[in-house]
Amino acid sequence: MSDPLAFSCPPSEPPTLIVHLSGQWTLYDSLPTIHDVERQLERMPSLQRVAFDAQHLAQWDSSLLAFLLKVQELCRTRELTVDLTGLPHGIQRLIALATAVPERSSPKRVQPRESWIAAIGTLVLSILDRAQHLLQFLGEVMFALGRFVRGQARFRRADLALLVQDCGAQALPIVTLISFLVGLILAFVGAVQLRQFGAQIYIANLVGLGMAREMGAMMTAVIMAGRTGSAFAAQLGSMHVNQEIDAFRTMGIAPMEFLVLPRILALTLMMPLLCLYADLVGILGGAFVGVTMLDLGGLQYFQQTRQALTLTDFFGGLFKSLVFGVVVALIGCLQGLRCGNSSAAVGMAATSAVVLSIVVIVICDALLTVLYDILGI
Amino acid sequence: MPHSASRSNHAVPQIVVDHLTLAYGETVIQQDLSFTVSRGDIFIIMGESGCGKSTLLRHMVGLDRPQQGDVFYEGKSFWTVDAATQARMMRRLGVLFQSGGLWSSLTLGENVALPLQLYTRLPEHDICELVALKLALVGLSGFEEYYPYELSGGMQKRAGLARAMALDPDILFFDEPSAGLDPMSSRLLDDLIVELRDSLGATVVVVTHELESILAIGTNSVFLDADTQTMIASGPPRVLLQECPHPKVQQFLRRRAPV
Repeated sequence: MSDPLAFSCPPSEPPTLIVHLSGQWTLYDSLPTIHDVERQLERMPSLQRVAFDAQHLAQWDSSLLAFLLKVQELCRTRELTVDLTGLPHGIQRLIALATAVPERSSPKRVQPRESWIAAIGTLVLSILDRAQHLLQFLGEVMFALGRFVRGQARFRRADLALLVQDCGAQALPIVTLISFLVGLILAFVGAVQLRQFGAQIYIANLVGLGMAREMGAMMTAVIMAGRTGSAFAAQLGSMHVNQEIDAFRTMGIAPMEFLVLPRILALTLMMPLLCLYADLVGILGGAFVGVTMLDLGGLQYFQQTRQALTLTDFFGGLFKSLVFGVVVALIGCLQGLRCGNSSAAVGMAATSAVVLSIVVIVICDALLTVLYDILGI
Repeated sequence: MPHSASRSNHAVPQIVVDHLTLAYGETVIQQDLSFTVSRGDIFIIMGESGCGKSTLLRHMVGLDRPQQGDVFYEGKSFWTVDAATQARMMRRLGVLFQSGGLWSSLTLGENVALPLQLYTRLPEHDICELVALKLALVGLSGFEEYYPYELSGGMQKRAGLARAMALDPDILFFDEPSAGLDPMSSRLLDDLIVELRDSLGATVVVVTHELESILAIGTNSVFLDADTQTMIASGPPRVLLQECPHPKVQQFLRRRAPV
């Protein structure tokens, strides 16, 4: 196969470089680069005109077009005239089409280089902006709650019932599994240490206190953040993308009352119940290890758990789960309502709802634990 | 349709858009828009893609706050009143969104019924009858139990229209009603718009760039220009076609490529 690109310079006036194009010029062939032309032009500084010969050109596609546009650009910078008449008619028309509308400068977004001070400023402003949004959101939720308490909130009771079912009963299987395993793990971890002293029976204290005060609430919250918080964000986000939220607003229906309020109520109501259930299942998990592996009697384990736990321990955990429920529901709804206008934004809203929820849950947990310690609970 | 006192007051134009400037942050979309819509008009907001037609609609129905200017309905300001009054005024407007905007978790019947359940004290069987009536008006009788995703695009648009009419609004807004529809469905929707205007006495505002619709049903219009960021023509579309000297309007209405 001959070289796809060749040059000749027959004597003519004005001095002309003829570019011979031949063979295949498609996106799937390896093609000569513009540098060959550039080198050729540099070798002959007296040139004034560039023409083309495409007699032996077989197949071509947009790769040839791109090449020719680069040649044209090169010639413009060197102030050479370009004669396209030697090219197939189709290419000439495509080149005319491609160069018909001059490149618009404004819509190409060039990010101006910012100094680091400006970057910090922008960051601070965006944080302030977010904080303001958050406060506004919380305020609106408070107003909606106020209207709910006064019986003026507009939402469908059926929606609330469905949400309660979704946040409550339908979460039971996963909560059961995770809590049982967490109880089991706690028991295992303790067993290794306590067995050395023959104090296996204190596994019951460890598991009972661990579940009731801490792990029951925490694990339920993490499960609900991943299961329900993200679902809230995705639901509200896709409603936003589909203009369903706009439809509510034009009907004078506040999305805050109609969509956010029932979600917050449902999750806040169900979370303590799930937590209590998780506590009990976790204790069962611990008992399973105690009875099957540590030769403790079932009754003995039960008695020991009863002695170790007080109602205060349970209520401490339940209060935590109430707080976590509010946190997960608020963050899920907030991320959903703040969602952008694309399918990617819905995914991001769901993801950030989970991540942010878990972070805030852990922070709240730490704060509450310190607070309980100070209060002597 | 309710026959309120203001309805018979023909002297006041139904909608007055007064020096409206639309902007998102610092990006100005359109500025200094002023026009009036009379009762019974099928008013067209037209212009090239991306010029801010839908944005103008969002500002007229209360979804976005204008940077400057105001909109008056029946002579009453829309953007200087408190939220409760504004919400009450918004209930007099029906909006059909570009994508239909149907609530996807509700059936068509529930979609149409919801505004009635929230804002009226009608007993359930009356609401059911009204829902059946609205769906029949848009040619969707018997589709009460269907979910939006079970319908074709044209049917979703019509269902969206049934919901927009749920509270018998005085003004119906359409955002690109023919977008994504085949010529027959698009024509059907045009006929429906005219029919509803004539029979219900509603005023209609349509955002569109569908030339055939514009010339077929539009009784008045405004032309938005993306380059100058303001309106460059207003008047009945057929008159603009004959008389407007502005080259862009002529190119648009005669379907010519810009030179």
